[in-house]
Order: sequence, then C-alpha cells, then structure tokens
Amino acid sequence: MKVSNPLWAERLAGKMPEALAREIDIFETEIALRKQGKIDERLFAETRLRRGTYGQRYDNGQRHNGKTVQRLEYPSGELTKGPNTMWDAPGMQRIKIPAGGLNAEQLETLADLAEEYSDGIAHVTTRQDFQLHYVHIEDTPSVMRRLAAVNITTREACGNSVRNVTACPYAGVCPDEVFDVTPYSRALSKFLLGHPDTQNFGRKFKPSFSGCAQHACGLASMHDLGMVAVTRTENGKEKRGFEVSVGGGLGAVPYQAKLFDSFVPPEELLPLAQAVSRVFAARGEKKNRSRARIKFLVQDLGIEKFKELVLEERKSLPHDPRWTDYVKDAEQFHEAPLRPAGKPPLLGTESFQRWVKTNTRPQKQEGYAVVTIALPLGDITANQLRALADIARRFTKETIRSTVEQNLVLRWVSQSDLAELHKALEAVGLGDAGAGTILDVAACPGTDTCKLGISSSRGLAAELRKRLEEKNYELDECVQNLHIKISGCFNSCGQHHVADLGFYGVSRKMSGYAVPHFQVVLGGEWEHNGASYGLPVIAIPSKNIPEVVARLTERYAASRKNGEGFKGFVTRTGKVELKKMLEDLARPPADSSDRFFFQDWGDPREYTLSDLGVGECAGEVVSSVEFDLAAAERELFEAQVAWEGGQIEQAGKTAYRSMVQAAKALVKIEASTIADDPALIVGEFRTRFYDTQKFFDPFAGGKFAHYLFAAHEKAGEPHTADSTRYLIDEAQLFIDAAHSCYNRIAAPAIA
Amino acid sequence: MQIQHVNVKLLVEKPNEADLEPLIPVFHSWIENQNGDELLIDVADYRHVKAGPGIVLIGHEGNYSVDNTGNRWGLRYNRKAVVEGSNQDRLTQATCAALRACQRLEGEPRLGGKLRFGGREIELFINDRLAAPNTAETHAAADPEFQEFFRKLFAGKEYSISYGSEPRALFTANVKAAQPVTAAELLSALV
Repeated sequence: MKVSNPLWAERLAGKMPEALAREIDIFETEIALRKQGKIDERLFAETRLRRGTYGQRYDNGQRHNGKTVQRLEYPSGELTKGPNTMWDAPGMQRIKIPAGGLNAEQLETLADLAEEYSDGIAHVTTRQDFQLHYVHIEDTPSVMRRLAAVNITTREACGNSVRNVTACPYAGVCPDEVFDVTPYSRALSKFLLGHPDTQNFGRKFKPSFSGCAQHACGLASMHDLGMVAVTRTENGKEKRGFEVSVGGGLGAVPYQAKLFDSFVPPEELLPLAQAVSRVFAARGEKKNRSRARIKFLVQDLGIEKFKELVLEERKSLPHDPRWTDYVKDAEQFHEAPLRPAGKPPLLGTESFQRWVKTNTRPQKQEGYAVVTIALPLGDITANQLRALADIARRFTKETIRSTVEQNLVLRWVSQSDLAELHKALEAVGLGDAGAGTILDVAACPGTDTCKLGISSSRGLAAELRKRLEEKNYELDECVQNLHIKISGCFNSCGQHHVADLGFYGVSRKMSGYAVPHFQVVLGGEWEHNGASYGLPVIAIPSKNIPEVVARLTERYAASRKNGEGFKGFVTRTGKVELKKMLEDLARPPADSSDRFFFQDWGDPREYTLSDLGVGECAGEVVSSVEFDLAAAERELFEAQVAWEGGQIEQAGKTAYRSMVQAAKALVKIEASTIADDPALIVGEFRTRFYDTQKFFDPFAGGKFAHYLFAAHEKAGEPHTADSTRYLIDEAQLFIDAAHSCYNRIAAPAIA
Repeated sequence: MQIQHVNVKLLVEKPNEADLEPLIPVFHSWIENQNGDELLIDVADYRHVKAGPGIVLIGHEGNYSVDNTGNRWGLRYNRKAVVEGSNQDRLTQATCAALRACQRLEGEPRLGGKLRFGGREIELFINDRLAAPNTAETHAAADPEFQEFFRKLFAGKEYSISYGSEPRALFTANVKAAQPVTAAELLSALV
C-alpha cells in the first residue's frame, strides 16, 4: 500500500543483518509469487504465519452488521493470502521480543511502524510480543525491514514454530532470583530460530524462563518448555542450571508442565531443547490439530517414555559449538545503570505515592528500582513510545522489558530519580498507578480483531477497568491485589486459567437469541510460575460480569480468614456455593426487548457468532518437503528475474541451484539430514528416486531427471543467454516433476 | 516530490462536550451502508488510551478517526492507499474526505450536535517517513504544493502555515485561517 515500499530495501541496505535481509527478500518474492498465483494459498498462509503475519477478523470478506452478513468487497477481488483469507483484508503483524528486551531505538521504530502501517497503536501481548493490527500484507516486508534494521525479527512469531522465548522481566534485578536468566533465554531464542529441527512441528512450541520458583513472572509451568533457574554445588563450587519442565500449556484444557529434569546445566540446555524439538517434530500429532501441542505427546507417552526418547535423540545429535559458545559470556552478562544509586523519595503527591506503591519495586542492587509502566489493555500510542524512548535514555541505559502482564518495565532507575521519572511519565499519560493490581486487567484481542473471538474480552476489560478505577481506593487491599485476566474464547490467550478471577468468552442462547457470555474461572494461581489453574464455575452474560466481580470481591473481602488468598477463599467456599452466589446473574433478562444483553461491550451490533472465522493459531500443516519445493520455485523465479535483467551468469547459477534444491526436497523424505552438497544431493537423488523410478512421470518417464543430471554435469561452465533460457525452462519442468513425485508419494498417506 | 498518504485533521470545536460513546454505532452504520467510494471494514475503540487515536473507523483506502493525538481532539482522515494524479489531487482528495466526514458527523442525529468541527485550523501530515521525512528538504519541496493548495482551500482568505520541527515526527503542517471558516465553505472551494 505504501508508496515507499519498493525503497526500503535499498535505504536499509547494510543496516539489516544479512540473514534477516535475505529472509525478507525471500518473503517479498513469495508475496509476488502468490499474487501471480504461483504459490498455493495454504503454503503461502503458513509461510506468512512463520513471518508473524497473521489474519484478522473479517478477512474472509464477510462481516455481520447486526442484522445480516455483509460482504466486504476488497479491491483485489478473489485473490487470497490463505484459505478463505482475502488478500486486501487487514492483518496483524506479530513482532517477537525475546525475553521482552527492548532499547530506545527499537521503541522508536515500533512507534513509526504503528503510525505508518497500523492505526497508531502498538499492542503488548501476554507473551511479551508486540502486535500491530490492521496492516496490509504488501506493507509487511517494509515493516520487517525496518524492524530488522534495529535487530528485531518477526520470524516464527506465528505458525507451527518456536514462538517468542519469554523470560521474567525482572531477571537480573529481582532480589529473589537464583540468577539472571536473560542471557540463557536469548541464547535459546537465537539457537532455535530457524533451526532445521524446529521446522516440521504440528503446532506451535513456546519456551519460557524464570529466575525463581516462587513468583509468577516467567510462568514456566504453563509452557511447552519451561526453565526455572536453580543452582547446585559441585566440587565446592556453585553451579548454575535449570529445572526443566515440558508439556505445559493452557488452551481449552490446561496442562501443568511435567518435570523433565531437576538440573540441566547451561551447556546441556540448547542440545536438550534441540532433542525435544526433534522428538516433537517426529512424534507429535500432525493431522488432528486439537491434539498437536507437545502437551498431548507428553501425556500420551508419559513423561518417562518421552524423556527416554529425548535422551536417545540427544545422544545422536551431531555436536554443535553453539551449544556451549555462549555459556561463558552468559555467566558474565550484566546490565549497568546510567545514574548513581539513590535513596527512595520520602515525600510526594498522593498520586506519586500511590504510583510508587504499585508501580515500583526495589532491585536487588541497592538504590535502584524497577518501574512498571501500566499500559491499559496492553496498548500504547506511537507518541507515547517515542516519549518513553526519551525517558529511557534520560534515566537508564535503555533497559526496557515488556511483560506478560502486557506492560513495560524500566529497570535500573535510580531511586532518587523516581519523582522526576513519574513526572515525565505523567506528562505523556503513562504515569497511572495500579500496575499488577486488580485495575491492571489483561485481555487478549478477542472479538476486536481475532477470528476466533467469541466475546469481547477487550470491551469487558475496558469496562471493568473503568468501574474499578472509580472505586479503586475504596477497595480492600486484599481485593486491590487480585488479578483479572480475560480471554475472548477458550483458547486462553488472555491466560484466564492463572488469574484469581478469569473469564473466557462463550455464547449462550437466551430467549431465542445468541447472547455473549463469559465463563467464570476462579482461583487460578499466578504465583509459583502459574502453578495451578482456576475452577470453571458458571457462564454469565457479558453484561453481568462487572456485577460478578463486585459480588465476588465483596464476599472475599468480608469473609477472608487469616490473610487467606483468593485461591484459598475459592477452595473453602466451594464451587456449589460460588455458583449459587452468581446463579441469578446467569438468567435471561425479564424483558427480551431490552437489547442491552444482546450486544457485547463496546459493540452496538446485535451479537452473533457469524463473524467467527477459522483460526490461524494452529497454522497450516505444511510438510518441510513442500517448503523446500516452494524455495526451489522461488529460486527459479529469481533466476528468471536475473535473466530478464541481463544477469545471465547469475541466472544460470540460480536456475541450477533451484533444481538441486528441488532434488534435495525429495531426498530429505528418505534422508532427512542430507548435507547441502550438490554432488551428494544429485547422487542420492539418482540412487533413491531415479534408479528406483519413483521420480518417473507416467508419460515422460525419467526425462526430467536428466535435466538435473545434465545441469549438474555442466555446473561451473559459463552460461550464454540461450543456454540459460533453456536451463530455466528445464528447471521449471524438473521442479514440476518433483511436485508430482511428492504428490504421488504423499497421496497414500493423505488418503 | 510525490505527496502520498496525506492525513488531514480538523479540530473538534468544544472538546469538553464531545462524547465518543455514541460515535461507535455511527461508525458501525457507516460500514453497514458503505455509501462512499471507500471500503469501510471495522471500528477500533481506543478510548482507554490517553492522547490516543480515540475511535477509529478502519477502511481499506483510508481510516477515519475522532482522535486525540497531541491532546487535540479532531476528525482525522488517514489516507492509506496510493492516489493517482497530481499532488494537488492528493491533497484535495484527503481534505475533501475529512471535510465530508465532518459534515456527516455534524449532521448525525445520534450525536445530538455535540461533535462540531472548525475549519479555521487544519493539521496536515504526510504519513510516510521515507517519502517525506521531517527535514528541511521535504519542507522546501512540499511548501509550494501546500501553499498552492491552501490558497485554493481558503479561497483567497488570509491564512498562515507553520511546520513541525521534531525530526522523528511525521512531516506536519499546521494551517490557520485568519477568519473563521466552516467545513462547508472549505469543501465548496475544493469541489
């Protein structure tokens, strides 16, 4: 859409890491190929998902206006960017922020992108990512290039891949941590990004790090792979390590991760994660998406058998120096302050004192504090991001992190700067108190933008926030410290299972009409890395949820015994009694002509489920063979472009490479670890696919294989315009034949 | 210089009286009716964010919002799609879109006349930092185009332009007419 799109690659040349730049060039080519219909829509969908480019509500070209389903006539007509996903429909760009770590320049870039390509808002997610909504697919390469220039990637932010590696945002400064997990989480993130062993998952895979067992910050217990820092003494010396758990996850049915090993030393962490990835890729479910997360594999095999398989796999891994290269640096890793340590302020306005109480916490380094910037619903404007970049430069060495509570934190703030810092934050609307309290409601996007949203999680969150803000200072302290988390559906992106008061969107019929509801889930445990999950009690119409919150919190404050936590209150009260307390709120309105209940929060349309789409969280199951064949196609396309541009030698080499790439795709079916050596690939192809006639076309026999053999024999010889033209044509025929061969091989399995 | 992605903002006259809640169903009805030459898609509610985009009507070619960026409430039109023609055509397109939206909102009974926009002060942004960075060069290239456009828009009446100086901000012009002027008068000067 942007007129400047073709210019960013040149403008940022040399500023982007080479590998990232190349990946984005490839993605841009894939966009061009899809526009020409040369890539299958399903394959393109998974390709873009693996670049963090997601679909959004109404991208199927339909929208219910409250009375009827309305067609949205996007200008590109029937062109799609995935199954039932219109090309021009606005989409979401997810941006990975490993361990939530950000600097000022990155905040400024996010600000510019939010302003130029989105709607002026950047959104922090419950997994420390950023998201931009309403982005056009054709703008995404520019977005990615501008991010790459500040060392951020969107790669594998969505799709069946290793998602953002999250970590406690207080790592390195928390008085209770065992050690700083930051460098380990970064090393794992870097190691698994684009790793060949993580490219063939049936579903996503989420790792997380925590510096301690007792706090919530890392939520290691609800992750596919959770690491909690531990130490032990070896030969009189303290040795760092990780308690590793596997197979946790929320979703419709939440699973607690199972302990895999109580002590994994840092030098074993990366190979262990690689071995787990291999087992997941090889053994994980691929067809039934609802059972494809690793938690089901662990459950089905049992943790002991799973562990056995992983350890066997670990033994067979070829050594990789990256496993240990980082360890020494990790042990030395530390952040530094900009300003000298100071004393906490004794005086200040009431609002400042409240802010200090809820939004600051002392660091383990005396005289410094971590400051939380509470973002309502995880949203921040472009101007606020720029202002925050200035503030971070003024008070810290740009030590910024995003949090799973959808906030941002500034670390290493001198205690004596807190008053000035608060003033600076207040000036840009970021100085509100209430971080980590009941006001700080977390919510996934829900029906605002998510195709799977059933109820308006953000609408409800905004309403609860507004009401609680009005009476916050009257609330009992025990109520102020509760957590509310809301998901728009059962998929739990709002992490409702680990909240004191959790809600997830459901729909119910009342008086013959669909009515938005939320299932009330009570007593989840946020502390101890999300150690236990809440109890579903009853589904209540959305419009009655504020009353649910009021009743429960009042009852809790009034009947609390001996400093009892909310979980204890829920357990003691029991589901039957809790349900009884709320039952009247579940009843349909006496007057069905009162449409209040038939609309969701913040949405005046009559409620319907018609806008529900097919989710892309699961990605598309596309085999690595299909990806490799698509890569061959792309190389051939680049060869054609080079030929047309008169770059004959380059065109010839690229065309040959495309054939080898296609041959390799087939060879990998039988020999998954084949090296990237053309002679070896062609030899293996000949033995496995030509001599066995598996490659033979029913009509042309082995003809197309001979194109590869001939091209391989002539590799290295100079190319002419004519010979290259022929080679490009032959490469196309060879790649087409490789597709046919794969389809023949895969067909029985699909049937 | 090719001026694209023009944003135009007309300020709300009595921002303290403005209530955004009734605006949400109004924007939804615009989507339902689709009676313009742009595809309208969704409504985003950012009232919870301070000095933010307020309520945004997301479109394919452009977004409309009642926006409080810079703590200044106004109707903002953000042209996203490329517009063919000359720079004057593009400035005209975005300004007309904003003015028509203002008129439509002012005449909307559900808003009870509480949302009124003045034509005396207009903010104009170019929402593309590569094509129009906020530099002296952009200023030199864009100013003659802006002057030509505003002469036409204000139909010979006196006005002044000032340009934003924050290098990280979008290239921004703030235009003030010496005398009060209505959206209708401005529109009639352009069409």
